[in-house]
Amino acid sequence: MTPDIRSEEWAAERDLVARLRGGDERAFERLVREQGGRLLSVARRFLRDEEEARDAVQECFLSAYRALDRFDQGSRLSTWLHRIVINACLMRLRSRRRKPEDPIEDLLPKFQADGHQVNHPTPEWEGSAETLLARSQTRSIVRQAIDRLPESYRAVLLLRDIEELSTEEAAKSLGVTENAVKIRLHRARQALRGLLEPHFRRTAPC
Amino acid sequence: MSDRPYITCRELIEFLHLYLDGELPPDRVVEFERHLSVCDSCVHYLATYKETIALGREACRDLDAPVGPEVPEELVAAILSAHRSGR
Repeated sequence: MTPDIRSEEWAAERDLVARLRGGDERAFERLVREQGGRLLSVARRFLRDEEEARDAVQECFLSAYRALDRFDQGSRLSTWLHRIVINACLMRLRSRRRKPEDPIEDLLPKFQADGHQVNHPTPEWEGSAETLLARSQTRSIVRQAIDRLPESYRAVLLLRDIEELSTEEAAKSLGVTENAVKIRLHRARQALRGLLEPHFRRTAPC
Repeated sequence: MSDRPYITCRELIEFLHLYLDGELPPDRVVEFERHLSVCDSCVHYLATYKETIALGREACRDLDAPVGPEVPEELVAAILSAHRSGR
């Protein structure tokens, strides 16, 4: 991005924020149209329910509007809204969580007393992520595997690896320590790796 | 060469995320790399752990495609209506 385009974008955004703060209805509609699709994608990923995802996006815009005075002009509106919709989704996930989660241990590597893996040795996979993604079914296999993770692990994986929040931001959103985020993320990735392995491991020739 | 025993696969896998994030102290990094130099299984584990992160990221990124920058018209209408009635 060239500095000129960047400064133009900043100026346009500052103008949009000023109009929003002034109660300009058309500015609000523009914001919804420009950002709504992307935010809906985020909400769908977290909630996996179209109606709830739309409700979360609506909540996001309404609470963002109410909090406009607290918007820091030094940050991007898109980033700010992204954080707000994520928090709206996490609140919904928390209120949804009624039954106990399945333990993740079954999906983690198992070790013998000497510290070696039970399924030693770990097999190679048939190719890199890029090669595997060239296959039509890979995306669906990976998404289904992510959906099989226990909810608290799925949430941290989405926050860090998919939505690319920092450890600090993820910790704040989840109300846990940064260390807890790191450990939970590591376990989530290990579990996901374990779920993907049967699909992608290189099988020895007969 | 070090006479110390190699760290186990369990130790390596348990702290792999810290190794990848550059958060291990230098002497631990040496131990990790010493283990990796003799353990193909952990080399494969490390490689497939990294591929898992990349696969997750790319597989989910694709979900944006059918939506694009467009937001469903009925959602726009619902948000604008809620906005007007809440003001």
